[in-house]
Amino acid sequence: MRGFGQLLRIETRLYLRDIATVVTTVGLPTLVLVVLGLIPALRRPDPTFDGQTFVSYFAPSLLVVTLAVAGLNVLPTMLATYRERGVLRRLATTPASPAALLAAQLVITLAAIVASAVLLVVVGRLAFGVPLPRHPLGFTVAFVLGTAALLALGLLVAAVARTAKVAQALMAPLFLLIMFFGGVYLPRFLLPDFLVRVGDYTPPGVQALLDSWTGTPPRPLHLVIMAVVAVLAGAGAAKLFRWE
Amino acid sequence: MPVIEVTNLHKRYGDVVAVDDVSFTVEAGEIFGVLGPNGAGKTTTVECVAGLRVPDGGEVSVLGLDPRRDTAALRERVGVQLQESQLPDRLQVAEALELFASFYRRPADPARLIEELGLGEKRNTPYKKLSGGQKQRLSIALALVGNPEITILDELTTGLDPQARRVTWELIERIRDRGVTIILVTHFMAEAERLCDRLAVIDRGRVVAVDSPAGLVRRVAPTQRVRFRPSAEVDDRLFTDLPEVTAVERTGGQLVVSGSGDVLHAVASVLARHQIVAADLRLEQSTLDDAFVELTGRRITE
Repeated sequence: MRGFGQLLRIETRLYLRDIATVVTTVGLPTLVLVVLGLIPALRRPDPTFDGQTFVSYFAPSLLVVTLAVAGLNVLPTMLATYRERGVLRRLATTPASPAALLAAQLVITLAAIVASAVLLVVVGRLAFGVPLPRHPLGFTVAFVLGTAALLALGLLVAAVARTAKVAQALMAPLFLLIMFFGGVYLPRFLLPDFLVRVGDYTPPGVQALLDSWTGTPPRPLHLVIMAVVAVLAGAGAAKLFRWE
Repeated sequence: MPVIEVTNLHKRYGDVVAVDDVSFTVEAGEIFGVLGPNGAGKTTTVECVAGLRVPDGGEVSVLGLDPRRDTAALRERVGVQLQESQLPDRLQVAEALELFASFYRRPADPARLIEELGLGEKRNTPYKKLSGGQKQRLSIALALVGNPEITILDELTTGLDPQARRVTWELIERIRDRGVTIILVTHFMAEAERLCDRLAVIDRGRVVAVDSPAGLVRRVAPTQRVRFRPSAEVDDRLFTDLPEVTAVERTGGQLVVSGSGDVLHAVASVLARHQIVAADLRLEQSTLDDAFVELTGRRITE
């Protein structure tokens, strides 16, 4: 993958120049957390949430926002734009590999996701008493697998969408479903039980994140589903991906 | 010595034959034109030469390399400017050149290339803010930054205004003077005539002729047209009776007498004998445009 280092450096610079995207990906979930956290009632322990505060209960859904924006919106749009405008093809005429550009984009997306998650966890802990994840290993595994599943779905869409517009059109319903089942639009305790169960198995797996955050080991089936989605969507993306 | 040899190249996309049967050779140090109407197979041909597409038949040899197998070596030595390929909006001119330079083993100095291509004042300008001509010059710079021995330029001046087009032409001549062999894909007659040492005329996936621009013009019937406004009524037969004349047309008050050989002298003699003065007299000779129509049976439509 010749050119990876230089491409990563330049792409990072380009990414940071796009302030709106940086703020949305890295800052938005924490911003929502702060707004909710400023409402005193949402900071009181409540039996509805097994004695946690609403803010703590809702934090995993904010991680879903991070993953959905970075993985299902920014990344596929960027890749489809690069293909649509012939950037990948232009790169193919040089000794550098277009795969290096793909890898650089993935690394930047992962870095943004991790930054966003760390910011959320730290601000939640310091400002609103949201406990740090109580089952760190389980939380890490759930987060990594959930991220992998969503990025793979994003890459799958980027692989089949010819243009940025098509990518966004394909992505919109997927984005809404993921956000809905992740409990972002309506907190999950307001959803009927059936929809909550569907949400457990919808990437990135908000229940596994909540379980491990509150100290219960995530259920193996939840994790396995995320791994399967990641592998299937990832393999599909690799098979269908076109440089032009 | 030829640096590029294309023999019986054939390429299809599904049922559509893009390149039927194309053969030509390019000599070191020349500007070789690939001329033809849109959809003739020009771009597919040079993409096979550049190793971006795999031919379905025929042989391609570039600098003694096989573009299919020796891809890595070819990328180092051949610079390509693609039709309709853009860069990220926020990428700046100098950044783009430094990035591309870093891909090559022995790159040119990006700062010098920026000056040479007249982009010095734009070095920190993002791609989005460049004019069409500046984008094209940046694209040429990127094709040259690896110090290539061969450069492929595809539809370089399409969409440029006449001024920017002329600047680009001068630039291409300077590149040739540095010893770089250039393949120029174009559908502009004027561009081919001005720049190319030799050119291949391609139509419907086949090579119709390979020659110098002047050679192509000489090949077609050497028709000349005398166009003038007669001072008095003249009978067409005065001209059609002349052995040199093949046709007489009238457009408005103008008379157009076509023929071969010394048409002008024959027409002038007739006019003198009848004491007719020819106003706005012009002699029109065959151009590359005529040669193209003659060779392909149609005109390039832009």
